[in-house]
Amino acid sequence: MTCQPPVTPLKAKDYKSQIKPVWCPGCGHFSILSAVTKALAHLALSKEQTALISGIGCSSRLPAYTDVYGFHGVHGRALAVASGLKAARPDLTVLVAGGDGDGFSIGGNHFMHACRRNMDMTYIVMDNEVYGMTKGQASPTTAPDWTQSKLTPHGTGVPSFNPAAIALATGASFVARGFSGDPKTLTQLLVEAIQHKGFSFVQVLSPCTTFRPEQKNWKHEVHDFSGEPTQNSAQAAHNIHVDGGMGVGIIYQAEHPVWEPTPSATHTVDDLNMGFSL
Amino acid sequence: MNSMHTSQTKTYSVAIIGSGGSGVVTTGQIMLKAIANAGFYGLMSRSSGPQIRGGESAAMLRIGKDPVTCLDDRFDILMAFDWLNSDRFNDEIPLGPNSTIIRDPDAGDIPQELLDSGAAVIDAPLTALSKEIKQGRVNMAGLGFISDLMGIPKEAIQGAVEDTLRRKGPEVTQAAQSCIEAGYHATKTDSTIEKLPAIDNPNPRWNISGNEASGLGAVRGGVRFVAAYPITPASEILEWLAPNLEKVGGSLLQAEDELASVNMIIGGSFGGVPSLTATSGPGLSLMMEGLGLAVTSETPIVVSNVMRGGPSTGIPTKSEQSDLNIALYGFHGDAPHLVLGALDIQDCCFTTQWAVQLTEELQTVAIVLSDQSQGQARAVIDPPPEATAAGVRITAPADSEDYLRYSVTDSGVSPMAIPGTPGGIYTADGLEHNPKGTPSSMAGDHQVQLDKRLRKIVDYNYQDDWAVTRGEGENVIVTWGSSSGASFEAAERLTANGHPTKAVALRLLAPLQIDRLLAQLNGAKRIVVVEQNHSAQFFQYLHANQVLPGEARSLARPGPLPIRPSDIVTFMMEDF
Repeated sequence: MTCQPPVTPLKAKDYKSQIKPVWCPGCGHFSILSAVTKALAHLALSKEQTALISGIGCSSRLPAYTDVYGFHGVHGRALAVASGLKAARPDLTVLVAGGDGDGFSIGGNHFMHACRRNMDMTYIVMDNEVYGMTKGQASPTTAPDWTQSKLTPHGTGVPSFNPAAIALATGASFVARGFSGDPKTLTQLLVEAIQHKGFSFVQVLSPCTTFRPEQKNWKHEVHDFSGEPTQNSAQAAHNIHVDGGMGVGIIYQAEHPVWEPTPSATHTVDDLNMGFSL
Repeated sequence: MNSMHTSQTKTYSVAIIGSGGSGVVTTGQIMLKAIANAGFYGLMSRSSGPQIRGGESAAMLRIGKDPVTCLDDRFDILMAFDWLNSDRFNDEIPLGPNSTIIRDPDAGDIPQELLDSGAAVIDAPLTALSKEIKQGRVNMAGLGFISDLMGIPKEAIQGAVEDTLRRKGPEVTQAAQSCIEAGYHATKTDSTIEKLPAIDNPNPRWNISGNEASGLGAVRGGVRFVAAYPITPASEILEWLAPNLEKVGGSLLQAEDELASVNMIIGGSFGGVPSLTATSGPGLSLMMEGLGLAVTSETPIVVSNVMRGGPSTGIPTKSEQSDLNIALYGFHGDAPHLVLGALDIQDCCFTTQWAVQLTEELQTVAIVLSDQSQGQARAVIDPPPEATAAGVRITAPADSEDYLRYSVTDSGVSPMAIPGTPGGIYTADGLEHNPKGTPSSMAGDHQVQLDKRLRKIVDYNYQDDWAVTRGEGENVIVTWGSSSGASFEAAERLTANGHPTKAVALRLLAPLQIDRLLAQLNGAKRIVVVEQNHSAQFFQYLHANQVLPGEARSLARPGPLPIRPSDIVTFMMEDF
């Protein structure tokens, strides 16, 4: 007879792997990693029943630094991999992480359709308004007049992308914004996002100290989101535009139809064979 | 030199043409069902213009006592409901002095080019007949007329009509049956068209399209998750799979684009569920990056690629075997993977099933090449055989100690932990990695993992399924995919005429089975490589692998015209 060890609740550090992050000192992503593991511990999620999917970029390194099943795919396709996984394995808790370039530029189409599809997963975008891994180019969320990139020396001249507004407009059922410099609130937002049934989008403002040192100032600019959490999408849209982009909190949460496959094994393969027989 | 039509048993080739709404395809489908009811085998290929609805279309049938896998050199009968844009089919529907054209006097004059073929003409008052029947349709009168002419038993046609039109209600069915009856009684008895013989005790047979067969092969192989984006001419695979996957406990997700679909099936397979997508050339182009990810992360997936005329949007509705190069070489980096080609409609099932089994067993990527000419064609066939590779994914047991996802093994295959397995946690990666899966840019790790990913597919024993060989002789036709049927028939005709010829049709295109192919070519005096594309992609590939002698010749012709047996016979004879 074997003696079962007592089940001890997992701590946040139990969800961290042994691999040392490649991130620069001071990077906001460290706190996000920490908040993710705290949220998992808070929810007492089984490590082997959880999967964290990412694409390419500084933030997309996240899966390797956590001790859950991970998939580090190609640039921009994290939501597609995650959607396939969730469709095939609805029993898993699926988290997706990535950056603003990965999610809103090369992966923009998947972002819209993942919001529409409203599968039950949580998408964390670690937004620093810059491509860090390729050493400092403008991303979709970069302001049009940012001239520090050699690629766009006059600035992009293109209005920046509004992630929360797009998520709302395309059907996400949970829209929130967090800040890496406020890990306590962020952890709480992530807990709510994971618990929400449907597609949860959490934009996390995460300063890039290397290519956007001015973002160190964000800690003075963020504030509680100016509107109350609402399930009224028109109100939420209004709040997003009034707030200005630095407000932290739940913006929108509602019940939308969740896309989930409904297989029911009523036939054998031989039944299908017989369908072609004369 | 005539075309040496000496196939052991006679076959009957019938083409039906008409403009949009005339019911050409329905007529062809009912006829195929009817000859199946009468005990025959058959093939119905279809061709249409670029219009979504309302364009001209053609149904091209070949009927025989034995299975038929390609269209014949010429058509015995051409029935036209009208002649609008019929010239677009002049090349696709060759006629000769032994052909018969059935025309409706109310539908105008036969174009002169068709009369120049020397074909006989029979008048069939189809419009007049159908006008006398409430809700009468010209195509059903034509079906009755042609069936009587060919000696298709009336009950076989009536059963096929009932079966096809039942869902449209009793009025439509009754009108169709009345038209058929009228068509039957309208035929003249002086036609020279040979009647179909009676078949006693026919074999059990199936009626299936190539795309349906690919879908069934996927399910047989164990696929239970599919994500895909609609594309001509592959969509029928998905339309068959959507309801049928559910019936066996699987699911299909319509993706936003092909970048999504390939990555979605990677996600599904990472979750432990055998996964597949279906597409055509433009979609395959978009998937290439994802396929490389599946190779590197060793996530088994299958892409069923139904080829059409390319490049770019090309000729979406018509066939070509021109995606071989992208299937072989489209990946960046060194990305060993499997490429298979389905040889005919029946083989779409076997090859797709085999591809799923192989990818599961080898944790790699397979691209299965089919094409419009077989995907959208329908045939009466023998039930497809089952593929018999083990097809089981080697998974990591729970609580493995110091689990290494990409452990270096003799076979090259490493046990894969499926999410949910305690002690198996790892991160799959498209970055080069060490055996644990941790990203690595070290030369040693790269070499070891490249070797492992190559070894697992080149050292595998693919048994006899790598190719189908028919005939023996000093003349050898080497081919693949949908050119196989015409190649087999050409070899048969050449052999019957005193030129012993063997045809080798490769099912496994990569990794190329060089030694096995060399053994088949041993002693050959003449070698011809047959394929339907402009740049002789298969011929070049075989040369690059040094399996062909310098004298080997290439018969490569782009789509959409099918390569017919006589084309191959004539080409081979040039060298005698």
